[in-house]
Amino acid sequence: MSGESFQLFLTFGFFIVLTFVCGLYCIVVTRNLIRAIVGLELLIKAATLLMIVVGYVTGRTALTQAMVITIIVIEVVVTATAAGIALRVFRHNESLDVRKLNRLKG
Amino acid sequence: MVVAALWAVMGRSLLKATIGLAVTSAIITILMFRLGSPLAAVFELSVCTGLITVVFVSTISLTKPLTNKEVIAQSKERNKRFGYLPIAMIVTSIVLTLIKIKHNIAVPPVTDAITDVRQMMWNVRQLDMFGQIIVIIIGALGVVILFEERRRDEW
Repeated sequence: MSGESFQLFLTFGFFIVLTFVCGLYCIVVTRNLIRAIVGLELLIKAATLLMIVVGYVTGRTALTQAMVITIIVIEVVVTATAAGIALRVFRHNESLDVRKLNRLKG
Repeated sequence: MVVAALWAVMGRSLLKATIGLAVTSAIITILMFRLGSPLAAVFELSVCTGLITVVFVSTISLTKPLTNKEVIAQSKERNKRFGYLPIAMIVTSIVLTLIKIKHNIAVPPVTDAITDVRQMMWNVRQLDMFGQIIVIIIGALGVVILFEERRRDEW
């Protein structure tokens, strides 16, 4: 890896880590289910961008693009299912607050 | 990108959070184009910026909006909890700046001559495609079941 590529990787890595911290904090702190899904999305986006940057600096953009497309497909399915579950929770509890999820069986 | 992500996390309304997420996706799309990954960028733009935003907005529209009192109470509570996020970001930035990473990462040379994404997807990573198809079918069935139960409840 050349010095210029390494510097590019570090620069992007800095912002990717910040985005990751943002999403992680959102998941840990929030009490709203939809906002928790937003946090999860941010985590996935940080991972996706990291993959693209690694592909660029190592010269394997075809491989990383194929993997990123797989990630995006899985991301969409996870989000749609999570949104459906959040809706079901809302219908049961009349709220999206995770503290009110105390009527679950088991 | 980080500012849009912060907006998505700290924004008062869920709709603004969704818009913040879409803006983050759009910025990532631009970065992907600039980094030589146009196909992934197109996927990101159409699916993450478009479809996921639509999913979020439809979910938000199907839930009941809060009353003014609830909004005020929640926003005070949220400000307390999310007030530490900018501090956490600043601390992370400082830590990242202080870490000295030596440039000694050895990358193996590119041996495979495949530079076309389509060829890579359909010829090399066929198992991924198979997995994607299964995941899409399972996801579609899951969403259909969730909405079907909802309709049955309404009866």
